[in-house]
Amino acid sequence: MLDIKNLHATVGGKPILKGIDLTVKAGEVHALMGPNGSGKSTLSYVLAGREGYEATEGEVLYKGKNLLEMAPEERAGEGVFLAFQYPVEIPGVPNTTFLKEALNSVRRYRGEGELDAMQFVKLVRSKTKQLHMSDDMLKRAVNVGFSGGEKKRNEALQMAVLEPCLAILDETDSGLDIDALKTVADGVNLLRRPDNALLVITHYQRLLEYIVPDHVHVLAGGRIQASGGKELALELEKSGYAAFSATAAA
Amino acid sequence: MPDTIPFADHYGTLRDALPGQDLPWLSSLRQSALARFTAMGLPTPRQESWKYTSLRPLEKLGFGATGAPRACISIDRAPSLLPAASEHHRLVFVDGHHRADLSSVGRLPEGAELTTLRALLAHEPAWVERHLGAVSGAAADDREQPLLALNTAMMMNGFVLRLAEGTVVHEPIEVVHLGGAGDQPLAYHPRNLIVLAPRSQVTLIEHHTHLGPIGEEGQPYYANSGTEVSLAEGAVLHHYKLQAEALEAFHTATVHAEVGRSALYDAFSMSTGARLSRSEIAVRLAGEGANCHLNGAYLMRGSQHCDNTTRIDHLVPNTGCSEVFKGVVDDAARAVFQGKIVVHRDAQHTNGHQLSKVLLLSDKAEIDTKPELEIYADDVVCSHGATAGDLDHGALFYLRTRGIPEAAARAMLIEAFLAESVHNIAAQGICPALMASIGHWLAGRPGEEA
Repeated sequence: MLDIKNLHATVGGKPILKGIDLTVKAGEVHALMGPNGSGKSTLSYVLAGREGYEATEGEVLYKGKNLLEMAPEERAGEGVFLAFQYPVEIPGVPNTTFLKEALNSVRRYRGEGELDAMQFVKLVRSKTKQLHMSDDMLKRAVNVGFSGGEKKRNEALQMAVLEPCLAILDETDSGLDIDALKTVADGVNLLRRPDNALLVITHYQRLLEYIVPDHVHVLAGGRIQASGGKELALELEKSGYAAFSATAAA
Repeated sequence: MPDTIPFADHYGTLRDALPGQDLPWLSSLRQSALARFTAMGLPTPRQESWKYTSLRPLEKLGFGATGAPRACISIDRAPSLLPAASEHHRLVFVDGHHRADLSSVGRLPEGAELTTLRALLAHEPAWVERHLGAVSGAAADDREQPLLALNTAMMMNGFVLRLAEGTVVHEPIEVVHLGGAGDQPLAYHPRNLIVLAPRSQVTLIEHHTHLGPIGEEGQPYYANSGTEVSLAEGAVLHHYKLQAEALEAFHTATVHAEVGRSALYDAFSMSTGARLSRSEIAVRLAGEGANCHLNGAYLMRGSQHCDNTTRIDHLVPNTGCSEVFKGVVDDAARAVFQGKIVVHRDAQHTNGHQLSKVLLLSDKAEIDTKPELEIYADDVVCSHGATAGDLDHGALFYLRTRGIPEAAARAMLIEAFLAESVHNIAAQGICPALMASIGHWLAGRPGEEA
């Protein structure tokens, strides 16, 4: 589903990613771990198409198509979803208006019919119920005045509504208490299907207790330094990233 | 013709058609206004308050004047900002002339009157004599008001709204001005009077728009209105305005308001139209507990120019004002916001707040902001702020990662930026129409109205 080959990227002219190779197949969950400043968030922004995050070398194929050539909205239409580490507040735009516009934009892109107001409300209600969210959060402006947990739940809700094929979770566990973490993880796990894939970016092993990965990669110094099964995450929890940071610096 | 003053020669053309010719006081008022205007000419950027707005294009175009409405224009129904089914009262003017056939003033409550200046000059000239120029004369340094002098000299008609003590009009009153009906570029000068007796209340909606292209392109026209507002103790006026003139048009509007004890002047204006527009509002808070809200929104593109100039005088203790103007400026359009708040020596415990927020959507878009606070009292709370910037890139990216195409995402953020101002309007009935005009603008059809 996702083929990253020798990806180099710069942010504001500064090289951050220095040759990433990563293959994610349908049905798999990959965890990408690493110390602060290793390039984890940069990778997620490059994959989502953020301005200023420039791929300078290598390629990213998503379902065989060149992902890097697509506008952010096309990537969403193709089924790529980034759950933000810091979801953006958008004053004046009600959450429900935003969700409906997003869903119908994606449906238009996919050549599916738009949902009318009734069908949309029905769909969203079923999703908020799964995520233990109040209807109040739908009426409020997108993420404005939301607590850390509410913001992450809102990311999970968007993911549930848009039903992506490839979801990238950027530090979804940051700022969450354990209950919120479980709820969000439950929401994410609903998306685990043989035809979907997840890339979970995290600093800590904690989230991986709830979203169990098939593969774990260690990112340091802009490169993947090690890959393994879920036991690698546990090792990291014990020994830390120091060994990998040293390797990266060398 | 550098020696002639533009518009001054219109007086000769119009004289026979102007109302109140049999009233010596009015003739002398017009004559002296004409003399002042002829001496001053049109304002130029050399004057401090006109530094950012030049009327040169207006001068160049050469407008005519006509004393009679063009007969052949037929319209089925003038556009309205209010839901068709809702109860309201309407006066319609075409090129400055009252069109009784398009107006519909229903049964107003006892003590409320909505009529035209021309009608009142015929029936109650003494009342008009008492009120015409009473508020603007007290407020304005005449030397700085050539456009008002021009209006006084050539005023043909306008609306008069007066409420007796304690009269509350529940249905909104809508005044529609349609321009561009002439077969040549026309200038006209509506003069309006709003006089509210103690504890009376009303909502007034002004809609300035046009008939749409008649030939290949619409005719340019120039609307130069003057409005005087007098609010006695405890009176409340909600005064809303949509300026959606034709894109070839010029629009200048001068409002003078005097707000008495515990009275409220609540104004909101939205501007989307005109090649060049200037709204100048001067409010005198003259009674203790008087308040005013001067809020506005504007959406400009192409080479449009939109000027909002306000002046609020706090004359006595315990008065308040709040002022929020939000604008969106694209292409090579230009906006001007000048907000002056003067707190006079006696006006202790004044509460004044002013904010200007602008989105500049292109490198060539421009905003000139000039806040001015003049404070002569020592126990006051006053603040002002101004921001100008592009759309929030983070928000734009966030929306796009959810599949919303860039253009739609931009539109969503612009709409959200302005929606707050619109939804704060007390008369919720006009919100859908104002939001629709924002929507039309965003869709690239600025002149189109419901």
